Amino acid sequence: MNGILLQLFQDTLVVLIAPLLLGWVNQCRAWLQNRSGAGVLQPYRNLIKLFHKDAILANNASPLFRSTPYILFASMWLAAALVPVIATDLPLSPAVDVIALVGIFALARVFISLAAMDIGTSFGTLGARREMLVGFLAEPALLMVFFTAATISQSTSLVTIVETLAHKQFVIYPSLAFAAVAFVMVLLAENARIPVDNPSTHLELTMIHEAMILEYSARHLALIEWASALKLLAYTTIGIALFLPWGIAEAGNWKAMPLALAALFLKLMAAGAGLALLETVSAKMRIFRVPEFMGTAFLLAVLGMLIHFLLGS
Amino acid sequence: MADFSGQLINLFAALLLLVSFAMLSQRRVLSLINLFALQGLLLSASTAIVAYSSHQHHLYYSAALTLVLKVIILPWILHRLIRKLNVKWDVETLFNIPTTMLVGIALVVFAFNLAAPISEMAGTITKSTLGIAMASVLLSFLMMITRSKAVPQVIGFLAMENGLFFAATSATYGMPMVVELGIALDVLIGMVILGIFFFQIRETFDSLDLKHMEKLKED
Repeated sequence: MNGILLQLFQDTLVVLIAPLLLGWVNQCRAWLQNRSGAGVLQPYRNLIKLFHKDAILANNASPLFRSTPYILFASMWLAAALVPVIATDLPLSPAVDVIALVGIFALARVFISLAAMDIGTSFGTLGARREMLVGFLAEPALLMVFFTAATISQSTSLVTIVETLAHKQFVIYPSLAFAAVAFVMVLLAENARIPVDNPSTHLELTMIHEAMILEYSARHLALIEWASALKLLAYTTIGIALFLPWGIAEAGNWKAMPLALAALFLKLMAAGAGLALLETVSAKMRIFRVPEFMGTAFLLAVLGMLIHFLLGS
Repeated sequence: MADFSGQLINLFAALLLLVSFAMLSQRRVLSLINLFALQGLLLSASTAIVAYSSHQHHLYYSAALTLVLKVIILPWILHRLIRKLNVKWDVETLFNIPTTMLVGIALVVFAFNLAAPISEMAGTITKSTLGIAMASVLLSFLMMITRSKAVPQVIGFLAMENGLFFAATSATYGMPMVVELGIALDVLIGMVILGIFFFQIRETFDSLDLKHMEKLKED
């Protein structure tokens, strides 16, 4: 019973704080660029505004186009809810396999790309193609990152990985350092952040994610934006789980819960600020440089695994 | 404590490999020099840790020598050289960079396999890093092969020396002091001579592209 309550609490928590993380990243970015920014609550205001509008659909929109926002939101929520953020050993824990997580992200990607091509505008198709270009390069790199962590803890279950890394004596893993750099690169690419894509532009030459969702409006758009925020949160929490797992509570241990929550918020704030800093110091690169960027991520992940086998740590 | 310093050495070795790959993928000469200085710094730090954990006092001198020579003097000479030669342009590579990186991974696998039997025989605390040292030697070699301009080739040569130094430290706790001093002097003098060469090459061909050197052979 305790476990189910805790699972429900964690699932509600992630869906509620996802826009907050996005707002925090945007706010940090604004500060770093010497702007005052719109405040950390701006994503919530955007969502409320969008939910109050009337949805407009293109005449030739198919049911796929209508259902995609819900599928996207559901799969991102599932992914974000599965990652152990405040406690391990929850009822859904056996389902948290890293390969399954990659599969959930791939499912969302397929649907958003299909929906983008559904209306038949050139922008949607362009965005879908670029998304697929980035995606097929990012996925193997992400898998290699997961495999590096999995070879250390002898399991592909994310919960086991977190438990192994969090409750062991402090050991420096050079292989995990490589995997962490690769993971950050994948995170930037997958969440349409700056070196790969700019989330705040509608410039036709550069946009990837925005191009795919141009046809959406009102509640559909709100769900997609919320799903993007959830995706960012899911990636950030996966990163925290793999590389900074300390402070996570065990199931049923209610006393450790406040500490775990505080640790989670601190880590999310630090990660968000770091992400904003990364985005501020780097410039958007040409789309044809993206394969090179993702190739480097893949290379780093592979190197991490090789080093794990060489050094045994 | 010995366990922890072993882990630190492994970490520095991994970072060294990372810097080698960064140099392989770097397009700008200025960043290349900075990466070279960073590699020297990592090398010096890891040598100092090896010296501390294995109580080999002569390694402290090696670490200090590395610090002075490879982190301060050589990058300073290189910076001065490219300022005088006015070569801040992007480095042209003969292959595109992803291909070079893939070849690099193959080299790393090869080096790790090659080093595995040797490190089993070594009794040092650093024995497992021998593979990384050999990999960084091979990667610097690859960098020299894939660059057509003179300055990156020289940086590749210097980075290769770094890798050799690291290999010596990890396999046998460094070379005798006389040899090390000799090599340091060689590198310094070599750098000065190569610097003069740069000017000569540029005066003869109006460019630092070594492709022009092919004209020198007589048919």
